[in-house]
This record gives sequence, structure tokens and C-alpha cells, in this order.
Amino acid sequence: MGSRLVGTFVLGLGLSLGVVSPIWADDAPYPSTYQPLPSTSVLLQNGTLLDGLGGQTANADLLINDGKISAVGPNLSVPEGTRIIDATGKWITPGIIDIHSHLGVYPAPGVQAHNDGNEVTNPVTAEVWSEHGIWPQDPGFNRARTGGITSLLVLPGSANLFGGRGVVLKNVPSRTVQGMKFPGAPYALKMACGENPKRVYGEKGGPGSRMGNFSGYRKTWIKAVAYREKWAKYKKELAKAKPEDEKQPSEPDRDLQMETLVGVLNGDIRVNMHCYRADEMAQVIDLSKEFGYKVSTFHHAIEAYKISDLLKENGICAAMWADWGGFKMEAYDSIRENIPMVHHAGGCAIVHSDSEVGIQRLYQEAAKALADGRKAGLDISKGQAWRWLSSNPANAMGIGDQTGSLTVGKDADIVLWDGDPFSIRTRAELVLIDGALLYDKNDRNRQAVSDFELGQPGNGEEK
Amino acid sequence: MIRLLAVLAAFTLSPTAIFAADFAITGGKVVTNQNGQIIENGTVVIKGNRIVEVGPSSSVTIPAGFETIDAKGKWVTPGLFVPFSRVGMVEIALEKTTNDTRAKESPFSVALQAIDSFNPKSENVAITRLEGVTRMAILPDASHTIFGGRGALVDTSGDFMVERAAPAFVFIQMGEYGASIAGGSRSASWTWLRQAVAEARAWRRGREPAEPLMLTADALALQQALRDDLPFLVHVERASDLMNLIHFKQEMDGIDIIAVGATEGWMVAEQLKEAEISVILDPHDNLPQGFENLGATMYNAKRLHDAGVTIAIADLHDEAFNARLAPQHAGNTLATGLDWNTAFAAISSVPAQMFGVDDQYGQLAAGMEADLVIWDGDPLELMSAPDMVYISGEKQQMQSRQTLLRDRYMDKGADQTLPYAYR
Repeated sequence: MGSRLVGTFVLGLGLSLGVVSPIWADDAPYPSTYQPLPSTSVLLQNGTLLDGLGGQTANADLLINDGKISAVGPNLSVPEGTRIIDATGKWITPGIIDIHSHLGVYPAPGVQAHNDGNEVTNPVTAEVWSEHGIWPQDPGFNRARTGGITSLLVLPGSANLFGGRGVVLKNVPSRTVQGMKFPGAPYALKMACGENPKRVYGEKGGPGSRMGNFSGYRKTWIKAVAYREKWAKYKKELAKAKPEDEKQPSEPDRDLQMETLVGVLNGDIRVNMHCYRADEMAQVIDLSKEFGYKVSTFHHAIEAYKISDLLKENGICAAMWADWGGFKMEAYDSIRENIPMVHHAGGCAIVHSDSEVGIQRLYQEAAKALADGRKAGLDISKGQAWRWLSSNPANAMGIGDQTGSLTVGKDADIVLWDGDPFSIRTRAELVLIDGALLYDKNDRNRQAVSDFELGQPGNGEEK
Repeated sequence: MIRLLAVLAAFTLSPTAIFAADFAITGGKVVTNQNGQIIENGTVVIKGNRIVEVGPSSSVTIPAGFETIDAKGKWVTPGLFVPFSRVGMVEIALEKTTNDTRAKESPFSVALQAIDSFNPKSENVAITRLEGVTRMAILPDASHTIFGGRGALVDTSGDFMVERAAPAFVFIQMGEYGASIAGGSRSASWTWLRQAVAEARAWRRGREPAEPLMLTADALALQQALRDDLPFLVHVERASDLMNLIHFKQEMDGIDIIAVGATEGWMVAEQLKEAEISVILDPHDNLPQGFENLGATMYNAKRLHDAGVTIAIADLHDEAFNARLAPQHAGNTLATGLDWNTAFAAISSVPAQMFGVDDQYGQLAAGMEADLVIWDGDPLELMSAPDMVYISGEKQQMQSRQTLLRDRYMDKGADQTLPYAYR
């Protein structure tokens, strides 16, 4: 925390002196002010545990101390004062992580005034940041928590070729977005393939075709590469210059759009690209090679099953729905086995929501996909399927070292389910984030209510 | 010739279904939907397109010559009945040429019939059938007046109907959306609705209105709907709109009304019960998506049921591609305290009852149409799926374009030296 404050201070000072470099991800302004909420030592005793890495253990204990997972195993002995929760007949899993959410930027109520998810003024808006549009009072955050969501990536929409920066949040109630920002998480860049950009801009100056989309990406990356070189040159000159020199190197103008793109080229910002069709994903992989960056995750990826080998080869995750499709031409080839087929090919499969409704039941989406995979002959365990919900998205988002699995030392982002979470009758009973109990199905005092819902019908009830 | 007669009896021309002989399904857990009766080891006997007997396996005698299908360890249920859908009316929502769910530029309103837009060969029909849905209510959406038009009841066999299905109900948009298309306020939409009914009734009495609001075709269609006692399916969400609906029903003595949406229904549950207004809802609607849904809660279904209101369940937001998800939407009421039989009835027998066809569909009993599903587990569970679907006694193809795509890319036993297009 200390170093972050200092960093911000230096940055502010630097700007006024005109010697600071453009801001990349690691020294960005609007820093996280997130602090774990108060927690106590807790032992979850004798549950069925899915570790988020593929394993399933019966009769397992899990100990939480200081907001971290401090021990996992059978018959753990604990110090006096530890709260012991009987998990017999219940399941313990890592908290669910949604890599594709628009909570806060398209909040409920979905009135016109709340349309903050797409900057629909230009096909290239890499300069906008989703966090500047997030309304922390969106009741959707609380609903998502009742479904076991502990972290999420809030992305700008897919109207633009370059939609802007996305931000990783801890799903905690907060008055400010900064209070939700996942400390140390890398930023995301949202990009979009296919129909959306050409539909939105086809009659507004373009792009009007998939060809136009690609020329838009390439022209922009060419600018980003040049911008990076301009700053590198300046820094080199600055290093060489002596204070007594009459001619000092002059600092290039800052360009917010380019700063985000250079963050990508430098590997600090992760590309999350909305892409449906197999052939288009293959084109984007070549685009990324042309300019020397990496695509972290294809989102929606309706046709990922057609190129699961290509995705695996290039280390790219596919974030998918279990059974959505059909709403546009590029979603026509949706099949219910997409997720298990990507998994079975050895690739990185992720279940995502893109929905304030779906995010409440991502575990059910995993269950449906698992069942469809099995019915088609793919032998996948429940433990493996939970990777789609926790460690795979965590790694894709760059927070896999802190969360996404039940590993000693990781953040205690945990869900206790009142049964097998692959059953429709099961609900999250407890949700802990950094060890703090932020949802208890049986305790009204541990059910957050947003300002917006205060005093509305059903005030304070679980919804 | 005998075969042809059988086909006509089922009212479909059937090139795709596999013709079944008379048969019996034995040993399954049979959900009859009759007063919640579930037979642990039951047998269902089917002759032609009808069920002839249902009972415990020990007491049912299978007639000689009937094929026997072993359903031991399986569930056997009536086919699902989706009470609200646009399956077969749209292929790809964003492609106008394939989307017949609304007609913004049409001069007509009530006269429009969903059945004219229904394509039984649509991919959406096949994928819906594969998930155990055998019957659906299909309806046109409203666009330039509050009336979407008239809906119909169809099956999911993929076969063409011999006769054009008759109108089964009238669909009307009220609430926020209805207000916006009626001119900008709820006052406008309710005035519109009352005036429309008054005009239709005037026509019925043989009087042509002096200043007609509706085209003759629409007024006559509404008049016919009133004459045939077709229910009005009315989309409303806010509790105050539901109260308006109750008042409307009281004024318009004799119109059967089904509320759709009704996220705030629980707030006026007693009044809905009193007014005998049944509800089609989506249990996943638990967010204040608009100012007409501020009271939205997962507990809506349970509370309405407890008050005695008849409820049916559907996915109200992806009603074409994912009408097939009805079991998940119904199943999610279990964790809110609704009992299994009520949840299952809400996607099978209750819709049949709402549309007045419960003498034919929605239950497993002698005399009922033989729409059945054999499931590999509890149909409301996430990890269960149909093994087999029968519509009017005919075994259905468990295949769709989706399963073919899956099989192609799963490389099952294919020659891998050639491109996928040959597999």
C-alpha cells in the first residue's frame, strides 16, 4: 500500500515537471483503495472440496487465517478461538470469477441514463476506461455475490474495434470503484471482431465490413508501435542529456489512446477480444503476431470448438456460454458442447456470463456444459469443470497467483455451497472474500443491499 | 393407406419422424402430472397417437404385439409445453430477413397470426425438441400498436401441419413498452385497449364504428377472438399495472386474462387469485431492470403459488433459441421453496390448462395425446437430458444441425486426411 501511495505521489509530481513517461498499467492513477474487510479465523470442516485446479476431495477441512487460506487437508487441528463451520454434506469451492461482466457500466435499472458501457462515438476508443463508467450501487453486484462471484472483469462493450480498458474487481460492496479494484491486477483491453463494429459504424464512416475492421486494427497498431518508439527515443535522449546542455530533449505529447495500446505491446495490459467465428479468431491470432502482442482470451468464441487446436497452440483461452447463440449470424453455429470440447482438446476453457442474470448462476452454466460434454462421450470430472469457473479465468486475468484455487497462501475467496453445486437445488450458503464473510444465506445482516434498492418493494429481503 | 390415416390423425405430414408401432414404455419413474402422482416403476402404453394406459408396471398388461421400451432407471414424463415462445418464427434475431417476430411496418395488428410466420423446419424447432419440449405457444410481438396479434399452439415435430392452426390467444403489450407504443403513457395504452375492445364489440353487434381506431381486419379479428373466448396474454410487470389489469378484467366481464412477466406479481398475489388471473413468469427475473420491476425477486413464483395463483414458467428473454431452457428456469424455483410437482407442472400441464387443451396435453393418462419424454434423470436437474422424445406417439429424431456440427468436429471415426467438410 505504501509503495502505491508513493508511486502516485511521484507520478503527480513528475507530470508537473514534465519528466514522466506515459502511464502504463503498473503506475496508473485511480489506484485501488481496496482493503480486505474484517475477518476471523474460520475452519470449514468436513466438506467436499473442489480445489479449482481439477481436484475433488471428500471429507476435507479448510482453514482461513488473516484472510488467506492457511491449511487444506483432512482432520485439521485448529487453535482455540477459530470459528468452526460444519461443512458436512456441503461443498467448498474457490469463489467464481467472471471474466466478462458489464455490471456497473450497464447497471440495473437499465434506464437510458445508465448506458455507460460503450463509448459509441468512434470505432477506436482505447482511451476510455470501464472503471470511469462503473456505478458501484448496481444491485447486480450483490446478486452476483449470492451466486458465488468473488472477482470479476468489468469490460467496455463490443461496439468498437478497440473498446477501452477493462478493470478487475473484488466483488465487495463499496462507495467507490477504487474500493473494489483488485490490487495489483493487470488491466484488460477490450477489442471486438465481426458484426458489432461494422453494424454500429457501417453508416457512420466505417468500418462497414470485416475488411474495414482489420484495416482499423492494423492502422491503430501501427500508430501504437510508432508512439512506443517515439517515447523510447525520447527516454534515450533524456538519459544522454546533461543538465548543462542548452538543448534539452522535448517530451512527446501524451496520447491516452496510445498509452493503453503500448501497455498491450509491453505485455502489461491483457487483450480480451470479442470474437465468434473460428476463421476470424485465426485472423486475429495473425494480427497479434504482426504487431507482437498476445491475445489473452477470446470472448463468446461460439466456434472455438472448430479451432481448439489452434487456441491451445497459441495459449489463448476461450470464454464461452454454455448454450447461448443464434441471435446473430456469427452466433449461428453455437453448440452445447463448445466448452467441454475446448477443455477436452487441452485448451483453456472459461465459462463467462456477459449478463447480470447469467452471472448469478455461472456454476449452473458449467453444470449444463459438463453434462452435455459427458453425454457426447467426453469424460470430464466435476473438479476439472470447476477450473472453467476459477483458476482458468484467474490465470487469464492475471490474478491466478492470488486467487482462483484453494491453495495455501492464496486469498480466501471461497464459497460454501449447501450441496453439490452441479445440482439445481443447490445455493451458495456462505461467500467469503479475503476471508471476510460477505454473504450468508441464513443471516439477513450478511446480505448487502445497494442504496438503490433501499426502501423499494421487498426492502432488505433476499431477492 | 392405413399409414396415411394415422398421419392425418396426428395432423402432421411426417417425413422426418421415425414411425413407431404401438408400444409400451416400461419400468421408468413415471410423472403423470395428475395430482402430483409419480409412479416409481410405471408403464405407459401407447397406441397410435394416444396413450391408452398408465399405471404401475405390476398392474399394466401390455397388449400382444406391442413393442416394449425399457426405461428402467429413467424418468418418463409428459412432453414439456412452453407457454411463451417465438420458436420457429425467427432464425437469427438480428437478420431482418429471417426474423418474423414483429411487423413494424405492417398496417395490421390483431389480425396478424403467429402461425403464418411459423417454420417447422427452423433449426430452433429442432433444438427445442431435443430438450424435451413437444408443444409451444408461439406469438408475435407488438411493435406499432399494443396488439402483437394472435398466437397459436404448435408441436415441435418439425412436420408441416395439415391444417393451419387456429388462433389460440391474443397477445398485448402493456406496461412500459405498451405505454411507449401507444403514444407515451399508460393512460394512452389503457385507453387504446378499452377502445379496441369496445370497437370489436360494436362490430359484433353489427355496428360499424363511426370513427374507427382499428382497421376493419383488426377489429374483426378481435371480435372473433372475443366470440371464441380466446384468452388475452398481457405483458405487464409493475404491481400497479397488474391492478389495472384486474380492473380491466372486471370491467370486461368474461375475458380470460393471463399476465406475462409480472415480476411484481407477488405484491398483489391475493388480488390476482381473486380475479382468477393466471401468470406466466420467468423465475430468473430478480433484478430491478427497470422502474417497473423494482420488486423483482426469485421468490415471485413461490409467493404467487402460495397465494393460489396459477403459474406457468418460461424463459421470457430468449424465447426462441433458448425456449428449451424451461426446465432450468422452473428448476430454480425449487431452492426458493416451490415443490417439485408445481415446478414441473408449470412447464407442462399448467400451460396446457391455460390454453384450454389440458384434455389432450400435459399429462400421462389414458386418452391423452402421446407426447412423452424419456429422461436420463430428474428433468429439472441441470445435468439431465432427454434420451428420447415422442410426439403424438411418433419417435423423434434426436438430431439437429447443432449435433451434426458437434459430431463433425469431434472427429468420431472420420478420415482425418480430408478437410472437415468431408467428415
